[in-house]
Amino acid sequence: MVDFTLSCEFREYKKLTFVYSKSTTMNEEFEKQFLELQKKVGKIEKGTKDQLTMVVFSGDLDKQIAAMIISTGAAAFDMKVKLFFTFWATAALRDPKKKVGGKNFLGKMFGMMLPKGAGKLKLSKMHMMGMGASMIKGLMKKKKVASLPEMFKTAGELGVEINVCEMSMDLMGFKPEELIDYPHMKICGVATFLADAAESKVQMFI
Amino acid sequence: MTNEELKALTANQTVDARGTACPGPLLAAKKAMGEIESGEIMEILSSDEGTKHDIPKWCEKMEHEFLGIVEEDSYSRLFLRKA
Repeated sequence: MVDFTLSCEFREYKKLTFVYSKSTTMNEEFEKQFLELQKKVGKIEKGTKDQLTMVVFSGDLDKQIAAMIISTGAAAFDMKVKLFFTFWATAALRDPKKKVGGKNFLGKMFGMMLPKGAGKLKLSKMHMMGMGASMIKGLMKKKKVASLPEMFKTAGELGVEINVCEMSMDLMGFKPEELIDYPHMKICGVATFLADAAESKVQMFI
Repeated sequence: MTNEELKALTANQTVDARGTACPGPLLAAKKAMGEIESGEIMEILSSDEGTKHDIPKWCEKMEHEFLGIVEEDSYSRLFLRKA
């Protein structure tokens, strides 16, 4: 009799430890899955920041205007805006009032041939030796659309960040000292753009 | 809100963006929004056709309550309540 109850209790104990061990393994499994899920959600959240990242590649007046209207609009939507100015676009950031010396021959040539600042950009179509560009500027004034230099000023006030491609600057012989005084400007590389773009909801190329 | 109700509203802040083109009225509204308190009413005057579509979209995103539009002869009056 005693033997029987003992064996019964033993069996009960075995059952319990089995259930217990099963529940701990289940807990462990659950925990593992939970951590994995948490990691994934973190990644998704990071990838959907309310942010606009734009490559501004073109140095054409019309395309720059489009880029700046979209940027300032997005900033009004409380989006974080990060612009990556590269290649021909960097010429738009030159300050015509600033003069820098110490450039080599090619740097000087590029400096002379490329537009000196946002006020000197060409139109992508119908430029007609500058006639088209002045006509557009006249029309913009008449229709009370802000001029490109004004848009840069507004963008600065709204906290739009401008990241300038270091390689383009170097290639065209531009120096940081000849760029406009913009409150949120830094010179950086492609990695900065990629990191910014990866966490943005909206990415564009103009 | 009906036209009469809108007309009877007194705005805490009026932004006159008449004459400016896109994105002028939007930027003006965004700037003036910082000057009023939550629950207060803003009126935007705009002669830009696009503003009538832009401001409601902007309100949706910023969670402000868009109250409606009153059409005047050469411009529109847009009303919204700050979130």
